[in-house]
Amino acid sequence: MTETGEGRKKELEEKLSQWLEGPFARAQAKKWQKAFTSYREEVKNLYTPLDGETDYLEDMGFPGEYPFTRGVYPTMYRGRLWTMRQYAGFASAEESNRRYRYLLEQGQTGLSIAFDLPTQIGLDSDHPMASGEVGKVGVAIDSLADMEILFDGIPLEEVSTSMTINSPAAILMAMYVVVAEKQGVKPEELRGTIQNDILKEYFARGTYIFPPEPSIKLITDIFAYCSEKMPRWNTISISGYHIREAGANAVQEVAFTLADGIAYVKAALEAGLDVDDFAPRLSFFFNSQMNVLEEVAKFRAARRIWAKIMAEQFNAKNPKSRMLRFHTQTAGAALTAQQPLNNVTRVTLQALAAVLGGTQSLHTNSYDEALALPSEESVRIALRTQQILAHESGVGATADPIGGSYYIENLTDDIEKQVFEYLDKIENMGGMEKAIESGYVQKEIQKSAYEMQKRIEEEEEIIIGVNKHKLDEPTPGDLLAMDPQVEKQQQEKLVRVKEERDNKQVKGKLDSLHEAAKNDENLIPHIIDAVRVYATLGEICGVLREIYGEYRAPTF
Amino acid sequence: MDEKRIRALIAKPGLDGHDRGAKIVAQALRDAGMEVIYTGLRQTPEQIVSTALQEDVDVIGLSSLSGAHSHLFPRVAELIEEKGRQDILIIGGGVIPEKDRSDLEKKGIKQIFTSGTSTQDIIKFIKENVRD
Repeated sequence: MTETGEGRKKELEEKLSQWLEGPFARAQAKKWQKAFTSYREEVKNLYTPLDGETDYLEDMGFPGEYPFTRGVYPTMYRGRLWTMRQYAGFASAEESNRRYRYLLEQGQTGLSIAFDLPTQIGLDSDHPMASGEVGKVGVAIDSLADMEILFDGIPLEEVSTSMTINSPAAILMAMYVVVAEKQGVKPEELRGTIQNDILKEYFARGTYIFPPEPSIKLITDIFAYCSEKMPRWNTISISGYHIREAGANAVQEVAFTLADGIAYVKAALEAGLDVDDFAPRLSFFFNSQMNVLEEVAKFRAARRIWAKIMAEQFNAKNPKSRMLRFHTQTAGAALTAQQPLNNVTRVTLQALAAVLGGTQSLHTNSYDEALALPSEESVRIALRTQQILAHESGVGATADPIGGSYYIENLTDDIEKQVFEYLDKIENMGGMEKAIESGYVQKEIQKSAYEMQKRIEEEEEIIIGVNKHKLDEPTPGDLLAMDPQVEKQQQEKLVRVKEERDNKQVKGKLDSLHEAAKNDENLIPHIIDAVRVYATLGEICGVLREIYGEYRAPTF
Repeated sequence: MDEKRIRALIAKPGLDGHDRGAKIVAQALRDAGMEVIYTGLRQTPEQIVSTALQEDVDVIGLSSLSGAHSHLFPRVAELIEEKGRQDILIIGGGVIPEKDRSDLEKKGIKQIFTSGTSTQDIIKFIKENVRD
């Protein structure tokens, strides 16, 4: 409560109880439906100043100032709009390059690269396990030769590029650096992000290669290298998106993401880095689900919690170290295969929540993604949704526009409290690595996912077109289909690269990488040297597999 | 009840890491009284079939959201046929375009369940189609 004295508070309490017994009770007698947050907290019918004890300066403050509840920049979207960044990539580098150029022409302001699964798992396109997966969920990259085609004609000093790559993040970043070099762009000028968030792969996304310890070593190598050579590069995108997609609720999404973040900060400190050298380049990635107000509160709470963790637990002094900057993607899991055009509305609401929540960049899903890879038309509508929000809706005119709402502040406090409870619990287990190893995190998510499914089947939770207002509808046409020749062509390209390169040089570079890995050196310069002579992703990962071994996931 | 419990294998062929659906289906089948084995991620069709035979399952549920279904699902059916075990019911789920469905069904995948399917429908289908 801000300015009301004790007397006014008492008066409000009396009036509220009269209202609850009077008009509210009469309405309630007619119809009473309970409402819950995603983390199963009951939502009250009305929030007033009696809910919570918000201290404006301490809990909210000003945009651009600690604890950043109201946003990380003083001017927010008046200063600069969020970056519109559509995750894209499929088939070959040529095909994806065409899609990126199209998106840039259509007014997109940053690139976001989707790699196919073999690339994400460090396998070349001719590996037996890659069979059937080449170019399917993203673009296939085997060597620098593919990366050169991927960014052909795209000026890397002008665009910022986000790459969804985790276990082999160092390798793809190295290829990006060399491609830029060939365009005459220096590493210190490069802007972009690598996801590089291995921990969530073990419990929510699945593209791990090596065991946790050497994987985290590779991450801290990147932190160290970039803090010196690539000051504008986001070295990691600590991701709650996939945790939420795997079935977590909003509290779990924030808690497990920040717990991963804490684990990386600890690892970097143990590797001897100074917190204010690497923390300003940490970035985050969240999901935006259907409950608009809860999501706004979630983003606000996440910022405040991270600021407190960095200031209080890790003693970060640089304000930038305390800022939680984040990318948002609308929830893929909320898209329905039934009546797919309804997804345009869903995506609009989710995108609205992200903007009201102060996101730095945004991907909006295409309406047809529960059916197939998105078509050019559906991708354009998704991008237009953001442009309409930015230029027509007016929601970006003022910072944190719904901050100060009794409900929003109460929800923000509530999420913060529950996230800290999870964080304490994980700390007591010995940290996030231990919590994952024991299966605790997996089981918590699975429980939420299964309970939600049951509520949907029991119609406690309504999804239009799925369990209410169903239609018999014709099969949608015009879906994007993948050329089955892609895999073969990619394999042929790989053969050519191996013929044309200097194989003696490649062997030399791979040998020195092997040595460096054995001696626990920072591997990034060695990886850059290897990709420059066209060593393939599979070869480089092969060297690391030899030394680090492969992770085998237990099933819980 | 002296009815033999149905044994099910839920499997993730290929490199796809999306296992929310697979785990939900596994749990729902367990709650419906079946014995369920979940393979975990990154299984080859050969590994899946070998597990299925070893565990003597009545039904295999394949899940893929990476677009590799047309390549991986029929291979499982083929191997099952090679072993002469066409009595094992094979079903599939994931992001699977309608036009691929009839082809998969022709190649031995008895039914494809996509996004929005109730787990009760899957349970019912298995109970009706598993050979006694």
